[in-house]
Amino acid sequence: MTNTATLTVATPTEREIVITRTFDAPRALVWETWTNPNYVRKWLLGPEGWTMPVCEIDLRPGGSWRYVWRKLDGVEMAMAGGYIEVTPPERLVSTEKWGPEWPETVNTMVLTESAGRTTTTLTIAYPSREARDAALKTGMTDGSERSFARLDNLLATLV
Amino acid sequence: MQAIRLGRITPGRLDATFAALADPTRRAILARLASGQASVTELAEPFAMSQPAISKHLKVLERAGLVSRGRDAQRRPRRLVARPLAEANEWLERYRRLWEGNFQRLDILLEELKTGQKKTERTRRGDRP
Repeated sequence: MTNTATLTVATPTEREIVITRTFDAPRALVWETWTNPNYVRKWLLGPEGWTMPVCEIDLRPGGSWRYVWRKLDGVEMAMAGGYIEVTPPERLVSTEKWGPEWPETVNTMVLTESAGRTTTTLTIAYPSREARDAALKTGMTDGSERSFARLDNLLATLV
Repeated sequence: MQAIRLGRITPGRLDATFAALADPTRRAILARLASGQASVTELAEPFAMSQPAISKHLKVLERAGLVSRGRDAQRRPRRLVARPLAEANEWLERYRRLWEGNFQRLDILLEELKTGQKKTERTRRGDRP
């Protein structure tokens, strides 16, 4: 397997995070792995030791999604949201909320294919800089390993 | 644990760093200062912007701790302070690593799916597997 893909993370504006990565697979397949629950639960797991026992995806505008992760020690975390725009296999716009204390983000995933390879551009937009900062602060100030695990998981799973 | 080490970063400072970096003029100023200190006049030169406008950006950068003032009372040259940038970079790097873990799993899954598809096509065509 050739893996020359590099992941870039950028903060082009004060309320956005943009993640870009190229995969050695056609666009339709990459779309499938991001939107089919049977595939999502296999890879969207964050740090070691986490599984995704619940992965519900109602893939249509107005539909909702819900992920629940479980750590080996039994700690669970849930995240949910809705779909705003579903245009297979190129564009998916969804909302995401970690919990009541977290701001809702709008996540736009765009897939582009070139020579059998697919570039995924994921833009995570917070409602404001304050909201993005608040999300960062919650994980950064607490200091306990558990809250860092929460942050790890949050960061790793912002889809 | 990496996370605990990162926990020493003051969240307010990290916020200020990212906010300061969100503006293209301020990023250009930092890029200029990366190659050496410069006065406000020198910094304003490449921009179609008034000196007061540049000073405003410099204030944001100073408040974020990204820029400091030199001792020369006449020129008050500005200097880049690298540490907050390194911290912001560390946070992004950590974020990047988390995603990379996920994406490496996705690479493997995609490879499996591609192999599976080829097998299905061969079977359909009646080829031997």
